[in-house]
Amino acid sequence: MKPLRIFAGITLGLLPVFTWAGEGKLQETAGVTQIEGSSGGGLVPWATLAGYDSRDEFSLSAFSTRVSVDDFRLYAFGAALGLFDRVELSVARQTFDLIDTPYEINQNIIGAKVRLYGDVVYSTWPQLSAGVQYKELQDDLLAELVGAEETDNGTDFYLAASKAHLGALFGYNLFWDLTLRGTKANQFGLLGYGGANNDSYEVMVEGSLAVFLGRKVALGMEYRQKPDNLAGLEEEDAMDVFVAYIPNKHFNLTAAWVDLGTIAGSDPQSGPYFSFTGYLW
Amino acid sequence: MLRHSLTVLLVFLLLGCQSLSSSRSLFDELGGMPVIEKITDNFIDEISFDQQIVQHFKESDIDRFRAKLIEQICVEAGGPCTYSGDSMVDVHTKMNITEAEFNRTVDLLINAMNKAGVAHRTQNKLLARLAPMRADIIYR
Repeated sequence: MKPLRIFAGITLGLLPVFTWAGEGKLQETAGVTQIEGSSGGGLVPWATLAGYDSRDEFSLSAFSTRVSVDDFRLYAFGAALGLFDRVELSVARQTFDLIDTPYEINQNIIGAKVRLYGDVVYSTWPQLSAGVQYKELQDDLLAELVGAEETDNGTDFYLAASKAHLGALFGYNLFWDLTLRGTKANQFGLLGYGGANNDSYEVMVEGSLAVFLGRKVALGMEYRQKPDNLAGLEEEDAMDVFVAYIPNKHFNLTAAWVDLGTIAGSDPQSGPYFSFTGYLW
Repeated sequence: MLRHSLTVLLVFLLLGCQSLSSSRSLFDELGGMPVIEKITDNFIDEISFDQQIVQHFKESDIDRFRAKLIEQICVEAGGPCTYSGDSMVDVHTKMNITEAEFNRTVDLLINAMNKAGVAHRTQNKLLARLAPMRADIIYR
């Protein structure tokens, strides 16, 4: 993926230049970037907001992610604007490459998230955010082939609660997130929306759990329930275990092992996941 | 395989959360008064070299600040002290401390604890005791 490499290069190159704004939040409290471009883990959007802007600041961040499961590659890149520790606006582009076939599926995602309550570290109750991910499928051939009802676009809505507990696990900081997502998406929307099994919104449960081994490294796992809308093509839930390296407020790196289950009748798909987020402003 | 290891990890974490309370007090775990004094001195050092945060201490009596902070950390850690200073709200009123400044000061305290040789896990326990004060400190 040449564009991705150029993108990552530009991101890295800019890092030393923009290091003076939007750094008012505590390190790690911006999370990393999930596969659809929202602040979160790898698969799950969290209640955290992208960027280190405190309530008097704004931030701009960019990410790039690569997932290499057995028969597919999923690339994603994008950017997020953080406004006053209240609002997150994000754009992302996903490319799903079917290895050994001439096919690839592109999808654009526009996201918005609003923090409704709290602070992930300091408030008594968990930080609570509501978000939306509007997805536009650029290549609808495969979505039509597998029998999706809607092959142009779809919208996911989610409500996320996140909380960090200082020193809660043998003195280590513990983090959890629980997210409820209303969705009709088949395989994150890459195979369209709805199908013969089901064509209405369903609430899916997603969750993450992480332990911070020091101030820079987090070890965790995630689970993302997915709908099963397509007739004859069982869709399974996704999960991962991850290590995130967050050395400072300028960038972070995440490595994970992801299990996506079967995709459109394939064998179970699992493999490594790598993601980079740079904070430009 | 991933599914199984996730279950094992989850059980481990839940067990870990249950064994929260340790019989040893945080005061002892920190290393008692000598280490609390060291943390406080390092913290004052960190603040004095921070161009932004030091502005809030322009009119402070540093000797008094040092004495009251030592008492306060001692009390919060469950040590044999009495806090004789003013309330957090009184101290910080009209200082107009922003969230960003507060978080930066947390970073300075972490530096101070690092330099005093306080273990990461012990640091987290102390931060957890101090965290509830935030509401009385920022935007006053």
